[in-house]
Amino acid sequence: MSEISVRAGGAAGDGIASVGETLSRSFARMGLHGFGLNAYQSVIRGGHVWFQARASDRKVHSQGDACDVLYAMDRQTVDIHLPSISPGGTVVYDPEKFAVPDSELPAGVRALPVPTLAIARKFTPQSILQNAAGMGATAFVAGIPLATVQQVLTESFGRKKGDIVDWNIGASGEGYRHAEQHASVNDHAVKPGGPPKLLMTGNQAIGLGAAAAGLKFLAQYPMTPATGIMTWLAAHSRELGIVVKQAEDELAAVHMAIGASFGGVRAMTATSGGGFSLMVEALGMAGMCEVPLVVVDSQRSGPSTGLPTKTEQGDLNLMLGAGQGEFPRAILAPSNPGEAFHTMLKAFQLAEDWQTPVLVASDLHLSENLMTVDRDEISLDVEVPSLYTVEPNGHEYRRYQYTDSGVSPRALPGQPGLMHIAGSDEHDERGHLISDTRSGVPLWVSERTKMMNKRMRKLSGLLGATSAPGLEGASPSEITFVAWGSTVGAVRDAMALLGERGVPSNLLRMETVYPVHGAEIVDAISNAKRTLLVEGNFSGQLAHLLRAETGVVLPHRFLKYDGEPFYPMEIVGKAMEVVNG
Amino acid sequence: MAESSAPLRVPVEGTALPMLGKSDVKPTWCPGCGDFSVVAAIEMAVKRLKIPSSNVVIVSGIGCSSNLPHFLSSYGFHGIHGRSLPVAEGIRWANHDLTVLATGGDGDGFGIGVGHFVHTMRRNVDMTYVTMDNQIYGLTTGQASPTSMMGHKTKSTPTGVIENPLDPLALALACGATYVARGFSGDVKHMVDLVANAIQHKGFAFVDALSPCVTYNKINTFDWFRQRVYKLEASGHDPTDLTQAWVRALEWGDKIPIGLFYKTDKPTYEDLEEVLAAGPLAKQPAGLKGRESLLDEFL
Repeated sequence: MSEISVRAGGAAGDGIASVGETLSRSFARMGLHGFGLNAYQSVIRGGHVWFQARASDRKVHSQGDACDVLYAMDRQTVDIHLPSISPGGTVVYDPEKFAVPDSELPAGVRALPVPTLAIARKFTPQSILQNAAGMGATAFVAGIPLATVQQVLTESFGRKKGDIVDWNIGASGEGYRHAEQHASVNDHAVKPGGPPKLLMTGNQAIGLGAAAAGLKFLAQYPMTPATGIMTWLAAHSRELGIVVKQAEDELAAVHMAIGASFGGVRAMTATSGGGFSLMVEALGMAGMCEVPLVVVDSQRSGPSTGLPTKTEQGDLNLMLGAGQGEFPRAILAPSNPGEAFHTMLKAFQLAEDWQTPVLVASDLHLSENLMTVDRDEISLDVEVPSLYTVEPNGHEYRRYQYTDSGVSPRALPGQPGLMHIAGSDEHDERGHLISDTRSGVPLWVSERTKMMNKRMRKLSGLLGATSAPGLEGASPSEITFVAWGSTVGAVRDAMALLGERGVPSNLLRMETVYPVHGAEIVDAISNAKRTLLVEGNFSGQLAHLLRAETGVVLPHRFLKYDGEPFYPMEIVGKAMEVVNG
Repeated sequence: MAESSAPLRVPVEGTALPMLGKSDVKPTWCPGCGDFSVVAAIEMAVKRLKIPSSNVVIVSGIGCSSNLPHFLSSYGFHGIHGRSLPVAEGIRWANHDLTVLATGGDGDGFGIGVGHFVHTMRRNVDMTYVTMDNQIYGLTTGQASPTSMMGHKTKSTPTGVIENPLDPLALALACGATYVARGFSGDVKHMVDLVANAIQHKGFAFVDALSPCVTYNKINTFDWFRQRVYKLEASGHDPTDLTQAWVRALEWGDKIPIGLFYKTDKPTYEDLEEVLAAGPLAKQPAGLKGRESLLDEFL
């Protein structure tokens, strides 16, 4: 196995994200597996932003730990990231901007001065092309063919033509050739192999999966890190026939989605924790009115406004408890874009089959970072059946008819003979409320219990319709990780590293967070030699859930709530502490 | 009014679909409540327009008046407090063959839900919003509402309201509603005209119904209104003149105008949303079968 990581850093506005994305996409074109981490701040200009493009000839699941090539657009980048450069690494910088004395460099690390500003000035008096020149030099050191990087660059301008495209091609080529003359390719460079891979963010995969599932209506209010779901779908709205509505707030967004679903289309909304908090009351309404609803909560650091551009898994308790009273729900947690696509198919199927809210837990790390997906991992050839499934049958139509499954026949407005009221008050089988003149009257007291039981029966259906957490990795193993969501990625990479160190490990991953598949979890945990919970929040919310639902205790916990994603090596370190007792 | 003979928006001549009627649920309102007139006006207006009950969806929030959908034989969505409008918008956009009405009270629409009121109007969504405005919170037994008058002593304002009342008509004019009217529960026949024309209007139609609460509002009573209301249609008001509409909307005191304040024709949200040009969303194909080329952008 061989792998290489390239890191680029600078200030917001320097074009770091486009450098990183171009490099990541070039690696994917070479047929390599990869991950692209875009670390940014809540500013439009200034500050410090960086991007790590990792590529490998085997599957990688996270941004990795070290970098082999560092392209520093400012001095701050050198100061912050120098300790992360691996032996044999290279620092690409422009000596016209700042100095990188050899005395500062760790042993085995070389500096490659590139006149990026001078190259840029050949094309235009402004400095905007310096990142193209620097990227060209970086691409050479990283072992990316010039033709690949230039093709990706050209395509990234889309339909734009003219000077700006030519200049970027020219500047990247000059940077590349400068590096060719003054440096050599990094020893970790990976040879091209296999057909090009898809490269997408979690948000794009969520949008794509929803569309494949038959989404016709999205209502959303912009909030980092969920905004990309709306912008991707909005860009494809007309082509795909999906109405994308930017609502006045998250209250409106979720109610519009519920209205559209009641009206007869597959609908969803997406947000982050702050917006999700506003949607809480509506979630219960969807549960009570038995309207299918898919809500994506892409978590970020909380509480309150928190760290808007940093990741966390702090909303699990919120998702579990959102809404007054009790109603059935499912919570699904994909760990990477490829899974997110399939999770959305599942979410819509569950919402529709069980006529209740389904929550998809994403987070900034999954939503906004790039990961490669094998072309055959995703198929858009998904059957989308009609939602008009009920016809008048001569009997009185009862929208909330008592059934063994708890699911009642759902007619849609416009259908003759099936008129009914969807009620957020407790109601009878026909939807008429039993909350006023009938409440407290013995007959209706028992009806309330029956109706509540009917709805809650769906939970056992949801349990059967969702996948139980599976064990992946070595068996037998020295340690069993427990993780959910994007954290699973770093754990998978950590398991590979532990394997190289002769410590076999495996992972109990919670693709379905709720309902809790208790039997399988108890089985897996009771057979584990040791466990380590890896979770991105302060209190170990998953551990609390598992203990409450199954009695399973996870004594060893690696909890992180600094806003940063998990790194494989820090998980390895914690695991070794546990293994060595 | 002249418009009641205009072409029907949903022609159903010759169909045997049932027309709107009362459901078998009896209204739970207090005897004499103004809301009886509003439910009667909606029923008669829809019947006049010959829209089958299966094509009508009535959406409401929470409050005495929000129980209204239960009393008619159409589709209904009785949601949570203040959120009738976004639910109604979602239904409209899912299936714009449907005739969508939202109903509710002044607390629901102008208190907790006022943000949605503002934005739904500026979008000119093609729907009708009928508020039963009794200037009091009735279901919670008598607290001040956003339209309670200055000085009104209620359970939550024992020394009198010290805020200016919100003027729903003026707000509607400011936000771009394209049909703005006020009815009075003491004149059902007049309200039927206003609601029928509102449903026929292409765009967001707002009818604020002065609908007295006979139990908790002892100030703004039927008698109080009868002494004050006058019809715009009989007083030379030109509903196409926005300036005149503003002057009338601000009139509240010894004289209170009812009738059509303003009407204008503008493209609706549904007209401008290109995806809906292919027909109601609920009847369009869904999914990505045969669109594998969509993946090219990720290469």
